[in-house]
Amino acid sequence: MPIDVEAEVVANTPLSSEYNVLVLAAGDIASAAEPGQFVMVKARSGHDPLLRRPFSVFELLGDRGLEQRPERRTRFSLLNKRAGVSTGLLYDARVGERVACLGPLGRPFSLVEPPTHAWLVAGGVGLAPFAVLAERLRARGVAVTLFYGARRASELFYLDFFEALGVRLVLTTEDGSRGEAGRIIAPLDRELGQVQSGSRPFVYACGPEGMLAAAAAVAMKHGCRSEVSVERIMGCGLGGCYSCVVPLRGEDGRPHHVRSCIAGPVLDGARILWD
Amino acid sequence: MAATPDLSVRIGSLTLRNPVMAASGCFGYGVEYAGLIDLSSLGALVTKGLFLKEREGHPAPRIVETPAGMLNAIGLQGIGARRFVAELLPELVARRATVIVNVCGTTVEEYAEVSRILSDAEGVHGIELNISCPNIKEGGIQFGCSLAGTHDVVSAVRKATRLPIIPKLTPNVTDVASFARAAEEGGADAVSLVNTFLAMVLDVETRRPKISNGLGGLSGPAIRPIAVRMVYECHQTVRIPIIGMGGIASARDAIEFMIAGAAAIQVGTANFVYPLIWGKLLAGIEDYLVRHRHARVSEVVGTVLTGHPVAP
Repeated sequence: MPIDVEAEVVANTPLSSEYNVLVLAAGDIASAAEPGQFVMVKARSGHDPLLRRPFSVFELLGDRGLEQRPERRTRFSLLNKRAGVSTGLLYDARVGERVACLGPLGRPFSLVEPPTHAWLVAGGVGLAPFAVLAERLRARGVAVTLFYGARRASELFYLDFFEALGVRLVLTTEDGSRGEAGRIIAPLDRELGQVQSGSRPFVYACGPEGMLAAAAAVAMKHGCRSEVSVERIMGCGLGGCYSCVVPLRGEDGRPHHVRSCIAGPVLDGARILWD
Repeated sequence: MAATPDLSVRIGSLTLRNPVMAASGCFGYGVEYAGLIDLSSLGALVTKGLFLKEREGHPAPRIVETPAGMLNAIGLQGIGARRFVAELLPELVARRATVIVNVCGTTVEEYAEVSRILSDAEGVHGIELNISCPNIKEGGIQFGCSLAGTHDVVSAVRKATRLPIIPKLTPNVTDVASFARAAEEGGADAVSLVNTFLAMVLDVETRRPKISNGLGGLSGPAIRPIAVRMVYECHQTVRIPIIGMGGIASARDAIEFMIAGAAAIQVGTANFVYPLIWGKLLAGIEDYLVRHRHARVSEVVGTVLTGHPVAP
C-alpha cells in the first residue's frame, strides 16, 4: 500500500547543469520500495504546477548511505533531469524544504537468478531504476552488465557506484566523448549476437521510448526475454485517470490499452505494441 | 459541545451518508482506491463511464497540464457494463461503497440498455448519465448539447430503471440552466455539473496539439468560478438537487458550491493529486457547519446573499 508523506529534502547534489540527485527523508517509502517502482512527487504545494510527476526510486538509503536492509532505510533519492516546471523546482530544491511523495507505486522488475545474466540498458535519465536493481541482482550473485548511453561523457553518472558493485560497463555517447560513439542499441545488438544460445541474458531497459522499442526488438531478435520500464505522462499513479496507457498485446492477440501506473511501469518488452 | 452536524443528503430515493462524492473518470472504477481509503466513507463514488461494450479509448498522450488545471481526452476507455457488473461490482459491494455508475451511449437505446443491466445488478445505487463527454465522436455531448436530446435520453432511461437518475451536464452550452430544466422535465432525480470545458493546448514549436485527440476537456481549479456560476444558475431554475463539481480541492471550495446551490459535490482532478483528500474535506465541511451553527448540511445549500460585498 502506498504511503503519502511530506518528505524533507536532506540533500540535493547537482551532477551537471541539468541533472541532480535529490535525497528525501521518507523511511516508510524507502523500506517498502522494490526495484523498478516509482514515487509520485509534487514539487511544491498549491495549484501551479498542479499534478504530481512520477520518478523512479534511484537509491535506497540509511542514515549512512546505501542500505540494503529495508528496516534500516530512512531515505531514498531521485535522479532528476531538469526539463519542465516541476523538474526545475526539484533541481533547485533546498535542504529542509518539504516535497509531497506518494509511493512506492507500480509493478517492479522481475529478479532473475544465477546463472542467468542480467543486461541493463539505460538511456540518459533512464539510469534511474538501475542502481537499486543492480544492487539487488548483485546481492543474489547475478552477473550484471550495464549498457549505458548518454549524450556526452559528462552525462554518464554513477559509474564508480556500478563498478564498485562489480557491474560490467558498456558505455556509449552520442558525441563519442566516452565509450563507443552512437546509441547504446548498437553494442547491445552486437553483444547479444555473440552469446551462446544456452546462456541468453535477461534484458532490462529504461530510457526514451525509441530506445525501449529498439531494446525490446533486439532482445526478441536474439531470443532473450526483456522487461522495459516505460514513462508515459501520468495523472495520478494509482489507476484512477487512465492517462498513462500503453498498447499491449492481449491474450486475444489484439492491442489493449493498459495503465502503465498499475500494470507497469515495468512491462514485458515482447508484448508492447509501440504507438 | 455542539452535536455533530447531519451530513446526509437525499438524491431521489437515495440517501447519501455525506455530500462528498468521487467524480466519474477521476476514480477509476473505485476498486483502484480500495487499498488506500475506506470506500464506505464517501458519500458515493461515481465510476468511470460505461458503454454496453468495451472501448480502448484514445492513444496516449491523453492529458496535458495547464495553469491550475489539466486537459484530458481519454476517450472513455472502459470495460463495458456487463464486465463491470461481473468483475468489479462485487468488490465494491463487499467494501460497502455507495456506487453510482456513469452510463454512456451512442444511442438513446444504448443508454436505456446499459441502465437496465445496472438496475438488475446488486449494489448499484444510482445512475449518472454521461451526456456531456466532449472527447468522443458519437454519443455523450451530442445529447447534452440539445434540449430535446437531453430530454429524450433522460425519459428513455426513466422508463428503464427505478434507480435515481442523475444526468451530468456539459458546460459547453450558452444556457446550462435550460438543460437542467430539460433533465428535470425528463424525469431526472438530480443533475450533476459541470463536466469539462472543451479546450485545446498547442506545442508552439511543433504547432501540434499536446494530446492525441487534438481537443480535450479542461478541469481543475482553473474552471471553479465558472462552475460555481453554472451551479448557481441551475439552482435558480430547477427544484431537483444539484451535484456540483469543477475544481474542488478543499472544504472551502466544496462549501462555495453548496452555497451556490449544490446539495452534494464531486471531487475529480484534486483526487489525482491528493488521493487521501476525503477525510480532510469531510472534517472541513463539518467544521464549517459547526462554526456557522448549522445542524445539517442541507441548510447551507443555495444561501447566496446578494447585494454589495461588505469590506472585511
